[in-house]
Amino acid sequence: MNELRHISRREFLKRTGQAGGGLVLALTFTSGCGRPGPEPASKGAASVAPNVYVNVRNDGIVEIICHRSEMGQGIRTCLPQIIADEMDADWDRIELIQALGDAKYGDQNTDGSTSIRNQFDLLRIAGATAREMLIAAAAAEWGVPAAECSAREHAVHHEGSGKSAGFGDLVDAAAGLKAPTEAPFKSRDDYRYIGRSMDTIDGFAFTTGQAIYGIDTVLPDMLYASIERCPASGGTVVSFDDTEARAVSGVVDVIKLPDPTSPVLFNVLGGVAVLATNTWAAQKGREALQIQWDRGANGAHESQAYRKALEKSATSSGKAALTRGDVDAAFQAADRVHEAVYYAPYLSQAPMEPPAAVARITEDGGCEAWACTQNPQAAQDTLGATLGIDKEKVKVHVTLLGGAFGRKSKPDFIAEAAWLAKQAGRPVKVTWTREDDIRHGYFHSVSAQFLKAGFDADGNATGLLHRSCFPSIMSTFDPTASGPGGFELDLGLLDNPYDIANLQIETADAKAHLRMGWLRSVCNVFHAFALCGFVDELAHVAGQDPRDHLLKLLGKPRQVDPADDGAKYTNYGHPLEKHPIDTGRIAAVVEKVSDMAGWGRALPDGHGLGIAVHRSFLSIVGSVAEVSVDTNGKLVVHDIWMVIDAGTVINPDRVTSQMEGAAIFGMSIALHGEITAKDGAVVQGNFDTYPVVRMSEAPDAIHVHIMESTAVPGGVGEPGVPPVAPAIVNAYFAATGKRIRELPLRNAGLT
Amino acid sequence: MAIELTINGQAVSLDVEPDMPLLWAIRDLAGLTGTKFGCGKALCGACNVHLDGQVMRSCAIPVSAAAGRKVTTIEGLAADGNHPVQVAWRELNVAQCGYCQSGQIMSAVALLERNPNPSDDDIDAAMSGNICRCGTYTRIRQAIHKAAEDRS
Ligand code: FES
Ligand code: FES
Repeated sequence: MNELRHISRREFLKRTGQAGGGLVLALTFTSGCGRPGPEPASKGAASVAPNVYVNVRNDGIVEIICHRSEMGQGIRTCLPQIIADEMDADWDRIELIQALGDAKYGDQNTDGSTSIRNQFDLLRIAGATAREMLIAAAAAEWGVPAAECSAREHAVHHEGSGKSAGFGDLVDAAAGLKAPTEAPFKSRDDYRYIGRSMDTIDGFAFTTGQAIYGIDTVLPDMLYASIERCPASGGTVVSFDDTEARAVSGVVDVIKLPDPTSPVLFNVLGGVAVLATNTWAAQKGREALQIQWDRGANGAHESQAYRKALEKSATSSGKAALTRGDVDAAFQAADRVHEAVYYAPYLSQAPMEPPAAVARITEDGGCEAWACTQNPQAAQDTLGATLGIDKEKVKVHVTLLGGAFGRKSKPDFIAEAAWLAKQAGRPVKVTWTREDDIRHGYFHSVSAQFLKAGFDADGNATGLLHRSCFPSIMSTFDPTASGPGGFELDLGLLDNPYDIANLQIETADAKAHLRMGWLRSVCNVFHAFALCGFVDELAHVAGQDPRDHLLKLLGKPRQVDPADDGAKYTNYGHPLEKHPIDTGRIAAVVEKVSDMAGWGRALPDGHGLGIAVHRSFLSIVGSVAEVSVDTNGKLVVHDIWMVIDAGTVINPDRVTSQMEGAAIFGMSIALHGEITAKDGAVVQGNFDTYPVVRMSEAPDAIHVHIMESTAVPGGVGEPGVPPVAPAIVNAYFAATGKRIRELPLRNAGLT
Repeated sequence: MAIELTINGQAVSLDVEPDMPLLWAIRDLAGLTGTKFGCGKALCGACNVHLDGQVMRSCAIPVSAAAGRKVTTIEGLAADGNHPVQVAWRELNVAQCGYCQSGQIMSAVALLERNPNPSDDDIDAAMSGNICRCGTYTRIRQAIHKAAEDRS
């Protein structure tokens, strides 16, 4: 498949005369970026575009425009699967074109695991209306009713007359037509690609070094920039001496960036940039800078003290966000109560490709940027504001993303490139070092949570209090934000699925001292860690098997609506009727994953199994981990089982790979991940001080099962992460009898 | 100063500071961007290339150390992109974002040169210098076994 594509693309380039120019080839060929969206077709045109996502060429190639960013989740494969399926286009006669940032595509913000769950219908409509347009064109050509024609294998057929015409041959006839805005969807049984594990479309590029990421873009006359930023978040440059920096061979210029704004938004973070003829010279010049900083309002931020404050806040009192029954009365009447404090640190997304972008100022005073961005429209907004120009004059090419995990939703690094390009009068590439990435990002919140449960004499939970305290992501947009709020409460807190008569969910305030942002599955990470860990604790307090206890706590199959208990709950932007919190589906996942793991089987000495389940981004994932502790006290994760109910899935292999990746990502959170601050500055800097899981620690196997479902699609990229860390912690308890309530486990001497 | 070396079979002369890491010479001067920057501190393997057939972290060796020697990057592994390791990678759809995979493949090729039939433990030992933040490790193990089988 990939070879076929490769050849057909190469031929295409030959025909259009684009082959040969190395740079053009790099930018337009391998990643498909730099190509404009289709223009409206006219009669006699070489192509016709039924909508902004599809362009049919008269050589028979169907161009599919991918308006979402590829960061490893497989959207560049799944998106054309949906459109090509509805069109009945042949897989080896499609060409994928990466869209520019442009509001005409609708939402391009590739985060929140939204591509499929929010746009499945949109993409099906794009394909179906294109199909209907080609059918209408053929019917008109042949003078037969459109209803007698059908599309099949890249052609329109009329059964009665035996006529057929390839899609490419219908371009002329279709060019005069208006595409319908609605069309019937194919029935599930007729799917050719949806539900099939198509090979990754970029597989050839990925394995041959041809894939182009943000860091790979090269423009003529381009300078390479490296930026020294204030160690403390929000700090500013007092003065600097660049004499030595300018003396470094290859250094061309030294430019101070604008100070950080308040709120910080996605704006540049200040500092001093060294611009040079290559990356190395820029980095060396940067090291030679002498800068006096004013560390600003966050200059005293220190993690130990901050942790104490968070824990104090979490254990003192909170603001109720959901109240069912009366927990205080339940605790008073309880046979026994159990309480615990859970703590999880700041995290950095640390995608393998650090933030990197290229920008140039165009002849008409606009700006053109190439970047590994999850959100090209936000980049247009931010660059427009940074340069003081209309966002329409900002053109953003989306390259491949070398991982993102939420970091690359924020276009601050693209704004740096744009601003420097303007000052330098030349194109500029900004490449963050790994240290820049780990120290100056948008951090996943540190959190402290207090949980308390009451039991009756039979060991049934009668009341549960869950109080969450963490600095809010909203602080990035509103400096007065003083703790958890808005959408953050929806992420694993208010959507508590457990059948407990008295339930109180509260938040407690915390002020932010770093730039806060989202990381793969966001607050679900720490909420699931605490809740799934605590639920496991309750099983042991009650002397019950954790899996049976979990099923009991989920109760009878029912649909939970947090609004019934007074909560403002937004359910990831979807009505609960369409995407219910369905305890029956959650329980089915628990049963499946525990069965797969052989729950209850005899285990080797020192081994333990732990289970956790969590619903997020409208999908449910259950995890079981099997762990042991070796003689050196090192925690070994032998196997992980992952079961996902994501409703309808497009590409089972890409869903599987997301579960595999989530298991490893969750392991990194469980075992290693920790960002701390001292004197306002992040202490960690690279993979030595901010380790992530390596091959040697990877489980022997990650066993994945996707629940058969015809339900509407849920998210896939994020929901696998939250249950992994608690499954490991619960397994550790099963193996050792020791309960862990803080992450990462290496702080408990376990790695 | 000019440093002469061979990259993917082609003699090149790079006008470069001798202390520039080979990584940046390959990327910024030779214009081959398949070799990736991930950490710059010999911690992640994204920058792995072969120097006279040995796998090396190109971020951690100065370009001067490569003078007169043969460098192979991911682009030069096979003219048609069909080295058995590349093929196995595609058959198992190993890559997620793909960014680490140049370095992973360079490490895997070197491993199979030394040890045509590695065990899981051999693979873990040889590949643990390569970080994949997307978490493709279990598929990488399978792909290396597959490439080993396909070659034998
Ligand atoms: S970039 Fe060389 S080892 Fe990470
Ligand atoms: S595939 Fe993304 S870092 Fe390995």
